Amino acid sequence: MRRYLALLAIQTRISASLGMQYRFDFLLKGAMSLFWLAVTMMPLWALFAHRPTMPGWTFEEALVVMGFFVLCKAILDGAVTPSLLTVVEGIRDGRFDFTLLKPADAQFLVSTARFEPWRIVDLLGACGIFIYAFAKMGRWPELWTLLLSAGLLAMAVVLLYSLWIMVVSLSFFVVKVDNLGYLMASLFDAARWPVSVFPRALQLVFTFVFPIALMTTYPANLLLGRLDAGTTIVCFLGGAVFATAARMVWLRALRVYTSASS
Amino acid sequence: MGLASTLRAYPTLLRIGLAQMIAYRAEFLIWILTTNMPLVMMGLWTGVAADGLVGRFNQRDFIAYYLAVLAIRILTNNWLVWELTMEIRQGALAARLLRPIHPLVAYSAMHLSALPIRALVITPIVGVLIWSSGDLLTAGDPAMLAVFVSSIAGAWLILFLTMLIIGTLALYIDSAMSVFDLWLAIHFVLSGYLVPLELLPSWVEPIAMALPFRYTLAFPVEILIGKMSLEVGLSHLATQWMFVLGLGVSASLLWRAGMRRFVAFGG
Repeated sequence: MRRYLALLAIQTRISASLGMQYRFDFLLKGAMSLFWLAVTMMPLWALFAHRPTMPGWTFEEALVVMGFFVLCKAILDGAVTPSLLTVVEGIRDGRFDFTLLKPADAQFLVSTARFEPWRIVDLLGACGIFIYAFAKMGRWPELWTLLLSAGLLAMAVVLLYSLWIMVVSLSFFVVKVDNLGYLMASLFDAARWPVSVFPRALQLVFTFVFPIALMTTYPANLLLGRLDAGTTIVCFLGGAVFATAARMVWLRALRVYTSASS
Repeated sequence: MGLASTLRAYPTLLRIGLAQMIAYRAEFLIWILTTNMPLVMMGLWTGVAADGLVGRFNQRDFIAYYLAVLAIRILTNNWLVWELTMEIRQGALAARLLRPIHPLVAYSAMHLSALPIRALVITPIVGVLIWSSGDLLTAGDPAMLAVFVSSIAGAWLILFLTMLIIGTLALYIDSAMSVFDLWLAIHFVLSGYLVPLELLPSWVEPIAMALPFRYTLAFPVEILIGKMSLEVGLSHLATQWMFVLGLGVSASLLWRAGMRRFVAFGG
């Protein structure tokens, strides 16, 4: 365990110095992030300019969902996608062999290979959204709901990561999946809305098949103090099941790996 | 190489492009599927419009609007920017320059040949559109239909030329893709892709009118679903083709100046 923590520290340091190397690019991308944040909010503003509420959600409450969306998106784009894209690349050109030969768990190595430090801007943006939303509501969440939502957010990250690992495992079979990554990212965009605004069938898909509701709507409900204890526990259990399944899929897929060069 | 021989080569170039598209069909289909935002927005707005009009839009208008957005976006989109920046960065453009045909002609053939497949992909969407909102569509009126078809051609050209300009920027600066990212963010808002332009705050309207974005998507869509009269449509069409002309001139100037700077990497 200690060894893996030390490894994680080293990998993070390498990514950070790689990212800081191009300082102008760093600033530019940070600024772009803020701009995209504004674009993300545009439909929400347009909607609430015409209606005081949407089914079951006021503007401030929908903002909390948006905050969780920005958080998850930052983590997905900053910590999950870049690493796993490197695996896909490695599988295609055979460099993945070197990773397998290293004396550490391959899934750990590939999952921590790359971070994009400028996504921190998005994390700050999300915090800003939360503070604004709750200040406008004139009440603040209690400490224990805050802690529980942080836990649920961690579960959301695990879910995202598991989904991605399953997509990457596919690349052992069909090689070219970076496209599939884009598809997943575009589907994830729907997570910015409270799941209850969608038609019934889509709600089921977004909760059980492609569980984006668990990543944004449920944590937001929890933070707003509207989620009962039973549902919370089920959320955590669901996340755990998903993560275990992903690990098994990865190990299965690893067995069929034949190097690109041989 | 003269105009005559270029014209002779063009059909072959189109055939090559088509063959390449078919070779990578799975990849192409996945790319197409990433354009799913209009469907999400449709679900959202029809839910909102359940209790009455939003601006001029009722539920059926929203369905027609977003289906038309989806179809026209898939039909007119291209990926020239990715191709061009990659070829410039990796030096593959050098090989293109050696061929006896202008690279821009080759690129245009490549992307024009994608059109039949794109049209095929949107057939089911158009089918649903006609089935769900056939009575709203203006395509029965020959004058409107003519404006609509010309606006689609104009939209394709504006997108192609813009991507050409941004891609050519890679000859001058390293971060051309960041410029594209910025362009895309503005495009999402000002082209009507996310939200119908008339539902945005009123101060956005003059900005959207002065920039080419709305002529790539919102204009053909509004013509098609009967949200724009023929007179307004004709004046929009004139503006659209002015943009096509302006972008075409800028693109060719930028390309020529860029060619003088081009040194193939590794060459």
